[in-house]
Amino acid sequence: MEIIIYGVINSVILSLMALGFTLVYSIARVPNFAHGALYITTGYIAWLLMNKFVSFPYPLAIVISIGITALIGALIYRFILIRIRGMEISEIIATYAIGLAILEGLRWGGLRGGTFTLPPFIAGSMEIFGVSIDYQRLIIVAVGIIIFASLYLFTHFNRVGLALRGIAQDERAAMMLGIDSDMTAIVSLAIGSGLAGFAAILLLPLGNIIVEQGYAVLIFAIAVCVIGGLGSWGGTILASFIIGFAQILTERFLSTHYMMVVALLAIIITLLIKPSGIFGKQKELEERV
Amino acid sequence: MDEMRKERIDRGVRVRASGLYAISSWREMLYLMGPPLFLIIGIIVLPIILELAPYWKRVINIMCVYALLALSFDFLANFVGLVCLGGAFFVGVGGYLSAIFNVYLHFPVYLSIPLATVCGAFLCTFLLMPCLPLRGVYFAIVTLMYPLLATRVIEALDIFGGTNGITGLDSLPNEYVEHYAIILVTLFFLYGMRRFVNQDVGLVIRGIKDNDQAVRASGISVTRMKAFAVFVAAFMGCFGGAYISHMYMWAGLSLFALDFSIIPIASVVIGGGGTLLGAVIGSFILVPLSEVLRNFGTFRIVIYCAILTGFIVFKSEGIMVYVMRKYHQFERWVKV
Repeated sequence: MEIIIYGVINSVILSLMALGFTLVYSIARVPNFAHGALYITTGYIAWLLMNKFVSFPYPLAIVISIGITALIGALIYRFILIRIRGMEISEIIATYAIGLAILEGLRWGGLRGGTFTLPPFIAGSMEIFGVSIDYQRLIIVAVGIIIFASLYLFTHFNRVGLALRGIAQDERAAMMLGIDSDMTAIVSLAIGSGLAGFAAILLLPLGNIIVEQGYAVLIFAIAVCVIGGLGSWGGTILASFIIGFAQILTERFLSTHYMMVVALLAIIITLLIKPSGIFGKQKELEERV
Repeated sequence: MDEMRKERIDRGVRVRASGLYAISSWREMLYLMGPPLFLIIGIIVLPIILELAPYWKRVINIMCVYALLALSFDFLANFVGLVCLGGAFFVGVGGYLSAIFNVYLHFPVYLSIPLATVCGAFLCTFLLMPCLPLRGVYFAIVTLMYPLLATRVIEALDIFGGTNGITGLDSLPNEYVEHYAIILVTLFFLYGMRRFVNQDVGLVIRGIKDNDQAVRASGISVTRMKAFAVFVAAFMGCFGGAYISHMYMWAGLSLFALDFSIIPIASVVIGGGGTLLGAVIGSFILVPLSEVLRNFGTFRIVIYCAILTGFIVFKSEGIMVYVMRKYHQFERWVKV
């Protein structure tokens, strides 16, 4: 029972981490290697707002920090990525460099040790089927489901969301219908970064804000996306459940050190058996040599 | 109002030097041979000049190791089309293997370095195999993960000395062997790779980057050629790692550090991608810079990343291409 419950929680956590990455990749076709950095940045900004300067109330700090992160994402596209759009090598190097610069800059700026924590939304815990779970994890699951639902509604019943999907499916046809490709890319990067920030706000109260977490988030996000098929949303959720449960099982029967090894092994097995991921059918022909 | 435009014309000496007339006078010969000779002789006499500043002599070795890594990145990225975000993995594998051969199996230095290079290159190629039949970002993703993972695994299993690393490697016989081993290997790979990419094999490999379907249609296995290219790149990286572990007489987790991944990328971008020479020049600029900035700690990486992003966005041709253009051509304004 414990394995099932914690497996579900872990899976939702993973899919929250991956959601922003897969959104940006599926729409703007940019592998956003700065994803983990944006995640940590949000947590740090929220911490700064609450503890360093005027002590903002928690909800306000959350809104502002997510807003700033979304803005950073949009600015990265507007001023840097827009100039190297379509050059795959340059895109990878540029986003990776931005991510590293942010993370190592934060580390240099003093983001070390266990002093940086965000408080949980509601402290305390409760018992479900004899397994004690703190409220924060329950909130994560609930909010995660709300986010998935609202993203689905946004992309299916909203003009902007439909434009995003149009660009993702066929860029030229979408541009012919008057959808601005660069504008949608900016919007998608803003939403993707905002989602990274949202995940950070939800997940960081479970532990400390540390730089290593930024790398870990990036790796988990990528692992989930590759296994689900880059750019496929249904695949992302399914893959996060596969990895989530695999990780909980290894943690239970082996040791916590192997959680990241599981992610990598899953990637390699996927690449060997079904290279384009579980739901990557659409792009299968493009990606295989 | 007259509109002006810039016109570029080849210098006379370049036109003369491109044919048989190159040997007509010393001036043409100097034009052709001068820059490469300056680089080669400069590198070779550098350890002797730096007798005056012993601290900086060590930097030459590190500089050459980074130059090798930059060559391997440049080759993979701009000739094969694979972006390797984890050059540190090659370094780590080479370094650890060399330490194992030397400390655990008691091989002498002149055997452990070459063995570690070859075995390490095979190991890296084997581990990277799964993502080679695919296009897109998979290679970048997997290479990004490997160094981080290697660190985790070594920490978790506490093998190879765990977090302390393997100590007590033999050093190279003497200081001059130490300098000239790496300098000569770097020069060999620099000019060797420049020839290699124009051989038949090299042309096929470049074909993979531009149009893999055409290569496949010619009856050549794309995956096999990619594996071969990765082997060559890993060979250079593993040699660097094996060398560096013997230079420090220590192989530890810092061989998988971020510096080994990001500095070569930065050198290639500022030096000029796809020129190979640019990669070497870039690392000869960046590594001394990194020594100057040693006090800043991890802030160095921020500086590299800023330089990197700046160059990739605003000056993507890099130093080397720019200088070559100025060397071969002159510019003037003409009326349209």
